[in-house]
Amino acid sequence: MQLSRPARIALRVAAGLGFAVIYVPLVLVLVNSLNPDRSASWPPPGLTPHWWSVAWENSGARAALWTSVKAGLGATATALVLGTLIAFAVARHRFFGRNALSFVVVLPIALPGIVTGIALNSAFSTVLEPLGVGLGLFTVVVGHATFCIVIVFNNVVARLRRTSGSYEEAAMDLGANTFRAFVDITFPLVRSALLAGALLAFALSFDEIVVTTFTAGPGVQTLPLWIFDNMTRPQQAPVVNVVAAVLVLLSVIPIYVAQRLSADTPTGGRV
Amino acid sequence: MAPQTRTVSTRTAGALHRRPRLRLALLLAAPLLWLAVLYLGSLTVLFVSAFWTTNSFTSEVVKVWSTDNFRELFTTPVYRQVILRSVGVALAVTVLCAVIAFPVAFWTARVARPRWRPLLVVAILTPLWASYLVKVYAWRLILSEGGLADWMLRPFGLSGPGYGLTAAVLTLTYLWLPYMILPVHTALEQLPANLFDASADLGARAGRTFRSVVLPMVLPSVAAGSVFTFSLSLGDYITVQIVGGKTQLIGNLVYSNIELNLPMAAALGTVPVVVIVLYLLAVRRTGALSSL
Repeated sequence: MQLSRPARIALRVAAGLGFAVIYVPLVLVLVNSLNPDRSASWPPPGLTPHWWSVAWENSGARAALWTSVKAGLGATATALVLGTLIAFAVARHRFFGRNALSFVVVLPIALPGIVTGIALNSAFSTVLEPLGVGLGLFTVVVGHATFCIVIVFNNVVARLRRTSGSYEEAAMDLGANTFRAFVDITFPLVRSALLAGALLAFALSFDEIVVTTFTAGPGVQTLPLWIFDNMTRPQQAPVVNVVAAVLVLLSVIPIYVAQRLSADTPTGGRV
Repeated sequence: MAPQTRTVSTRTAGALHRRPRLRLALLLAAPLLWLAVLYLGSLTVLFVSAFWTTNSFTSEVVKVWSTDNFRELFTTPVYRQVILRSVGVALAVTVLCAVIAFPVAFWTARVARPRWRPLLVVAILTPLWASYLVKVYAWRLILSEGGLADWMLRPFGLSGPGYGLTAAVLTLTYLWLPYMILPVHTALEQLPANLFDASADLGARAGRTFRSVVLPMVLPSVAAGSVFTFSLSLGDYITVQIVGGKTQLIGNLVYSNIELNLPMAAALGTVPVVVIVLYLLAVRRTGALSSL
C-alpha cells in the first residue's frame, strides 16, 4: 500500500509508543530493583545493588523458587507423556469423539483459572483427604499438568500433521517393527516439538498462580505465591523488587531457546 | 539384547501393529483417565454443586437440589452489577487492545524493513514470557502514589488514576496486548501485496483501501485475538486484587464465597464460563476460530 509520508510517520510514532508501553513497565521493574528506598516513588533517590545481596540471602524466596522448579518439572514431565499420547492418537488414528477430545484438552486453559482451581480443590479434598493425602506439592503438580497438556499436545500434533506417516511405513517395509520405527524415525521427527512443548509447559507452570492457590497445601509456596504474599508488605518491598527483576531477566532465556528450537512456529506455540 | 527379550518385544510390536484399536486404546487410556475422569469429573461435580445450598449456621454444604443460588444471582443487585461490570471490563480491555495493536502490527508487518520483521515479532513475544505477576507488579509500581504515572502527568497538572477500576483495565490491557498484536500481525503480513495495487488501480486512496480491503480481511484475526483478551480478562481476579483497589469483579466474588458458601461460588463461577462460551459461539460465526 502506498502510504503518504505523514501517514508513515504517524504509524511509526504510534508503533513506537506501542512498543514503549510494552517495555517501559519491564524496564521500570529492573530499575526499581536498584531503588534504595522502600517506596516506589519516581524517580528513585539513587541506585544501589544492596538489595540484590539481601534478596540472595532471603530463605523464603529461595525455598519458593525451589518449590516452583520442582512443581514445574513434575508438571512438565506428566504433560509431556499425556500430551504426546493424545497427539499420536489424534494425528494417527480416526475414532469416535476425536474432535471432542481435542476440545477437552483445550478446556483447562480456556476456562478461567479460578473455575479449574476450585473444581480440582473440591475434588482433591473429597477424594484424597479420606485416603490421608492432603493438599501439597503433589496436588500442585497434578493441577499444573492438567493445563500444561494442551501445550505439549499443540506442539506435537502440529508436527505430526506436517510429517506424514509414510516415513514410518517405509521403515516398516524395510523390516523395522513398531518400536524400532518409533525410536529411529518418529521420535527424531518430533524431538524438537517435544522440547519446545516442554519449555512452554515449564514456563506456564512456573508462572501459574490461580490454580496453584487452590491446589497448594499449607506450607507449599511456589514463587508466584511468595511474590503475591509479600507484594503488599512494605517491609518486603525491596526483596520483591529484586525477585521481580530476576524473573524479567530470566524471561529472555526461553525466548532465545524457543527461537532456536521452533523456527516453524513463529509464535513459539504460546498462542 | 538377549534373544528371549527380542522375541518378546518383536511379538508385542507385531501384535500392536496388527491391532490398531489396541494401539489406540493404549495411547488413550492414561490421558482419558486424567482428563475425562479427573478433570471433567471435578468440573461436573462443581457445576452440580451450584444447585446445592449451604447451611447458613454451620457453612456445611446441603446436598438438596435447588435453584436458589441462580435466583439469588439474578435478583441480587450487587451480583448483577458485578457481572455487568466484569463483562464491561472485558470488552473495554478487548477494544483497547485492538486499538493499540492495530498500528503496532501494521507497522511491524507492512512498513518496517523486512529485515527487521522477525526481530520485531520477537520483541512482541518477549513480554509474554515475563511473569504475569511481575507485569501486574510493574503496574502497581507505576500507579502507586508518587510513582511513574504521577511523575509523567505532573507537568500537565494531573495525577495518575491510582488503584481502582481504571488501573485494572489498564493492567489487563497491558497483560493481554501481545495476544492481540500477534494474530493481527500475522494476518496483515499474509495480505497479498497485489490487493493494494489493485485497489490503488481502481482509484482508492490509502484510507479507502484500508476501510474496504485491509479491515475486512483482518477482522477475523482481531476476533481471534479478542477471544484471548476477552476470556482472560473475564476470568481474572488477581490483577483486580493487586491494582483494583476496592473494585470487585466476578472472579473476586467467586473467591470470596469459596470458604463459606461453595455452592454459591460454583454458581458464580458458571457465569464467566457461560459468557465465554457465548462469546466463542459469536466469534465462531466470523470464521476466526479456524485461524487460531
